[in-house]
Amino acid sequence: MSDLTKLTIAQARDAMRKGDTTSAEITSACLSAIEGADALGAFVHHTPEIAQTQAASADTRIKAGDAPDMCGIPLGIKDLFCTKGVPSQAASRILEGFKPEYESTITSQLFDAGAVMLGKLNMDEFAMGSSNETSVYGNAVNPWKRAGDNAALTPGGSSGGSASAVAADLCLAATGTDTGGSIRQPAAFTGITGLKPTYGRVSRWGIVAFASSLDQAGPMTKDVRDAAIMLTAMSGHDPLDSTSADIAVPDFEAALTGDIRGKTIGIPKEYRMDGMPAEIEKLWEDGTAMLKDAGAKIVDITLPHTKYALPAYYVIAPAEASSNLARYDGVRFGHRAKLAHGDGITEMYEKTRAEGFGPEVQRRVMVGTYVLSAGFYDAYYNRARRVRALIKQDFDKVFADGVDAILTPATPSAAFGLGEMTNADPIQMYLNDVFTVTVNLAGLPGIAVPTGQNAQGLPMGLQLIGRPWEEGDLLNVAYSLEQSAGFVAKPAKWW
Amino acid sequence: MSIDTETARRVAKLARIKVEDDALPALASEFSAILGFIEQLNEVDVEGVEPMTSVTPQRLKRRADVVTDGNQQAAVLKNAPDAREGFFAVPKVVE
Repeated sequence: MSDLTKLTIAQARDAMRKGDTTSAEITSACLSAIEGADALGAFVHHTPEIAQTQAASADTRIKAGDAPDMCGIPLGIKDLFCTKGVPSQAASRILEGFKPEYESTITSQLFDAGAVMLGKLNMDEFAMGSSNETSVYGNAVNPWKRAGDNAALTPGGSSGGSASAVAADLCLAATGTDTGGSIRQPAAFTGITGLKPTYGRVSRWGIVAFASSLDQAGPMTKDVRDAAIMLTAMSGHDPLDSTSADIAVPDFEAALTGDIRGKTIGIPKEYRMDGMPAEIEKLWEDGTAMLKDAGAKIVDITLPHTKYALPAYYVIAPAEASSNLARYDGVRFGHRAKLAHGDGITEMYEKTRAEGFGPEVQRRVMVGTYVLSAGFYDAYYNRARRVRALIKQDFDKVFADGVDAILTPATPSAAFGLGEMTNADPIQMYLNDVFTVTVNLAGLPGIAVPTGQNAQGLPMGLQLIGRPWEEGDLLNVAYSLEQSAGFVAKPAKWW
Repeated sequence: MSIDTETARRVAKLARIKVEDDALPALASEFSAILGFIEQLNEVDVEGVEPMTSVTPQRLKRRADVVTDGNQQAAVLKNAPDAREGFFAVPKVVE
């Protein structure tokens, strides 16, 4: 078979089961593709030996007829996941040299199911960023370019390496994590599918923590079916994560009938932002029409507290980050600063953290420290948590009124150029998450699906938001949208 | 709210991040911009609303109070920048 790296998970699974190809062949095709793709900056730690060993055992399982859906599928793993014996440094200098002695629950589940790890993927440092420009490894680059323009574009962030690798067919799929939009925004910027599950659907154990009440991992894939297959393998209760839900995991792929007749889709008026580019507006209208043509009922809804989601997020996420990142102190793992004569333990902490954290991480840790400090805790942190409760109530009401899913744009624009935002104030960058962050605050599942291209040929995506724990239904609406949109464009290879 | 350099210095100290004096004014102005953005939250009527503690209504699971792990000293110390005789080593803490 030709073009093995272009296969979807479902196609590869079926071809391997039929004996048309093997995991060893697909894996070696991916490894060659990765070798030639340094310019994308997607893979930052390569694990070809692990990949070949895993592929060989996957082929044995497939031959024996004992093969789960993910068996033999070569994946890229975001650097935020702890992988035993393999560098896992959250794209930060402070975790330089760190090789975990344990495996994250999600990667364990994927590898137990026979999946193959090609290597670790670039990301924003500690998942804090929307352009993959805060990484200690340097930028990840979008495989897409504007028509007639050679400028390098961001793949989005924080899961920028994951998005770039999947879009460029370096791997069949990748893991991502999403605290405010870090799966869905890069998916939209690169023309792939990205799903953030309901909070608690997947275990967070062994994933470097950013903001624990918001973080959730999910699949980044070439289509909706693959997202369903991979989510099934990633999900489930984990005694090691007390917030992971002890509820049954359905076969999400089985939910993909494509029949959405009678479903009610909400269009929230608050997502029609001032200054929204006409091409995003049109994308949204076209997507609405597609769902209507497929038999869904379209209703206008209101989510009145939408405007306050970003400011609430920029209290809660830094607060939790300042607490989570307190562990990086130069004692137990990672970087320790070289000390001057007479330096004590406080100097060790302060120098280690100044050297180890990049500017955006330092900024957020300090903002978090400030909003949690004596005298400001109520005014900032508790107020943000109360606003968060109101944001969730907005969604609860809409779902109680019979809405099955909500359709919004995934991002306020198509991918922007690397370096374009360097001199912008940090808040301009934060606005990238304006459509996605509400979903994390409310703990809901959300999926970005590519549905069109802008005038410069760049992919654009829409977001569907579902009811808690109903990823199956959400994936089915996304599947219907995908079928109607028929997005098949691929970036022209330049790397 | 405007953050002055003294507040920026205090926050950096609380966060245990060394910030040189000449970097404090820029830091203070970034904080001011971010906090100004956050202050929109004051427009919201939150009277009678409980701060969210858990996004999904769930009771924490309980388990038997027994030892489930241990005897992993070597693994625990494996990534330490400085480990000696089975301990993490740090600069002198007590004078």
